[in-house]
Amino acid sequence: MIWGSGAIMLAVAAAQSLQAVGSAGFGFENWRPTLYAYVTWAICLCWGQVLMHGEHGKRTLFVLPAALFVISLTVFPLLFGLIIAFSDWNLSSPDGRQFNGLDNVWQMWADPFYWNAMLNMVWYVLAILVEYAIAFGLALALNAEIRARKFFRVAFLLPLMLSPVAVSWMIGKSMLEPRFGPIARLGRALGWDDPSFFGSPWIAKLTIMLMDAWTFIPFMMIMILAGLQAIPKELNEAAKVDGANGWRAFWEVTFPLMLPVSITAILIRIIFKLKLADIVIAVTSGGPGGATDTVTSFIFREYRDRSNVGYGTLLAMVYLVIIIIAMTLLMKLADRISRPRT
Amino acid sequence: MTDTQIFHDSPVDRAFRAKRFSGRLAIYALLILWALICLFPIYWTLTTSFKMAPDVMKGHMVPWVDFTPKWLGWKSLGLSPDTLGDESTVRAEFLKRFSNSAIVSVVSSVLAVVLGSLAAYGLSRFSYKFAWMRNSDISFFFLSQLILPPVVLALPMLVLYKELALLDTRIGLILLYTLSVLPIVIWIMRDQFSSIPTELEEAALVDGLSIWGAFLTIILPIALPGMVAAFILSLVLTWNEYFFAALLTSTHSNTLPVMVASQTGSQGISWWSMAALAWAAILPLIVIGVVLERYIIKGMAAGAVK
Repeated sequence: MIWGSGAIMLAVAAAQSLQAVGSAGFGFENWRPTLYAYVTWAICLCWGQVLMHGEHGKRTLFVLPAALFVISLTVFPLLFGLIIAFSDWNLSSPDGRQFNGLDNVWQMWADPFYWNAMLNMVWYVLAILVEYAIAFGLALALNAEIRARKFFRVAFLLPLMLSPVAVSWMIGKSMLEPRFGPIARLGRALGWDDPSFFGSPWIAKLTIMLMDAWTFIPFMMIMILAGLQAIPKELNEAAKVDGANGWRAFWEVTFPLMLPVSITAILIRIIFKLKLADIVIAVTSGGPGGATDTVTSFIFREYRDRSNVGYGTLLAMVYLVIIIIAMTLLMKLADRISRPRT
Repeated sequence: MTDTQIFHDSPVDRAFRAKRFSGRLAIYALLILWALICLFPIYWTLTTSFKMAPDVMKGHMVPWVDFTPKWLGWKSLGLSPDTLGDESTVRAEFLKRFSNSAIVSVVSSVLAVVLGSLAAYGLSRFSYKFAWMRNSDISFFFLSQLILPPVVLALPMLVLYKELALLDTRIGLILLYTLSVLPIVIWIMRDQFSSIPTELEEAALVDGLSIWGAFLTIILPIALPGMVAAFILSLVLTWNEYFFAALLTSTHSNTLPVMVASQTGSQGISWWSMAALAWAAILPLIVIGVVLERYIIKGMAAGAVK
C-alpha cells in the first residue's frame, strides 16, 4: 500500500513536471494535485506502519506525523531554496527563473547594506547582556518576600504578550513621536532640546534595542525566576551563617548556581533576537540609512521593493549558515562554562 | 509582669532592621518602577483612543481630569456605542481580520499541540531508530527548527505557495505557524511527559490497554496542564506573528497585525483611531495574560529548570 500510494504520488508529480516542461497537457491549473497525492502517501505511510509492524508500528506512529510534517515543510523548501538562491528570479518579470550561477554571491559580496545589517545584528545580540542584567535584577526582586507578587508578575508579563506590531505603534510611533509623544515631552523637560529618536543612527539603533528589550525582558526574567525558585533556601542561609553579606552570597552562591539557567535563557534569547524584524519593519523600515536594519527586515524589503526572490533567498541562506556556525560555537562554549569545575 | 523589658533589641539588631527596611523599600521601588514602565504604554494607548486632536497635542494624560473622553477613535472603527448598530466598512474589515487571526492561531496551535505532544510522548518513552537517527538525534532535529530563522523559509515558501495556490489562504498560514511553534511545544511537552512515572502506563498495559489506549486515557489527563501551557504559548506567538502574514497574505486572509502595520505607514490616519485599533488588537492578549498567567509562566519555565 505504501508503495502503491507512493507510485501514485510519483505518477502525479511526473505528470505535473511534464506539464511544467510543456510537453504534455493534463489540464492542471497548479501543483495542488501533487500536494494531495503527497498527503495521501503520508497518511498511507503512517497507516502502513501499523499494519506491517503491529505493536512496533504503533509506537512509530507517535513520532512519524510530526517528523513528516517538519520534513515536508522545512527540508523540502530548504532544498528548493538552494535552487532559487543561485538564480535570477524576479517574480514580477515574465521571464521566470534563470540560472545565473554565482552572480548572486558576487552581488552579495559587494552589497554594503547586507553587511551593515549583519553588523547591526552583532550589536543587537550584544545588547542581550544588558537585558540579561536587568532581567536578573528583576527576578531577584520578585523572588524576595514581597506582597502583591501576583500583580507584579502579571504586570511584568504583559509586554511579552503584546504583538510587536502593536507595540511598535504604541511606543515607536506614538510615545516617541518627537512633538507630542509623552517620552519626547519627558526628554524635553529633562533638557533634551530636540528629542528625535530615529534621527541619528546610534540613537535610532538604541531605541530599537530598548523597544525590543521592553518586549523580551519578561521572558528572560521568568526563566531566571524559575531557576531562582529551584535553589534550596538552605544554601543562602548557610552562606549567611558563614558570614557572607548579601553581595558576596549572591556572587558566590546564587550566581554560580544560576549559571546553567542563565546560559539557557541567553541562548534562547539570542535565537529569538536573530529573528528580530517586526519592530524594525513597522517603525523605521531600516532607516536612517540602514542603521537599524536587521538581516530579516533587509531581506523583507529586498523582496517587497524589488521582488527579487533569487537574491533574497541567497542572502537568507548565507544568514542561516552563519547562524548555524555561530550557534554551534556558542553552544560549545556554553557547555564548557556550565560544566561544573572539578 | 514587670515594666522593664528584660530582652532588648541590641543596637546591632536595630541597625539590621533599618537596613532590612531600606532594602525592602529599594526592592519595592524597583518593582513599582518597572511595573510602571510595563504598564504605561498600554495605559497611554487606551487613553489616547478616547482623545481628540487638541488633547493629544497638549499631552493630556488623565481622563476626566485633563480631558473628557470621547468615542472618536472607536467611532472610526465602528465600535463605539452609537455606531455599533450601523453599517460600517471599517468594522467589517476589522472583524474579518480579527476572525482570520483567531482562526489561524487557534487551529495552528491545536495542530501543533497534537503533533507535538504525540512526538514528545514517543520520544520520552520509546527508543527509535530511523536509519542512523536515534532518539537524541530526532529530538535535536525537532528542536533545531527553533534556530531556523523564518526569513530562510519565507521566500521559498512564497514561491511554493504560489505554485500550490496556497498564497493568501488561511491553510497556508496555518501550516507555517504550526511549523514555527512545533519545537516549543515539543520542548515543553517532553519535559512534561518525562516527569510522569512510567509505572503508570506499565500498569495500564498489564490491565490490557493498548499503547494508544494507555496514552489517551491515562497519560493525557495527567499531562493536561502542560498541554494547556503549550497551547497558550503558541496561541500568543501565532497571534502576534507578522512576518509570514505580511509576506504570504494580501486581501483574503490578512491577520490583525498586518492590518495594524498597514495603518502605521500612512500619515493620514489619526492617532485616536490608530490607538483604538492597536488596543483592540492587544485586548485578547491582555485578557489571556491576566487570566492564564500561571500557565504561561509554567510553560516558559519548563525548559529552564531541568
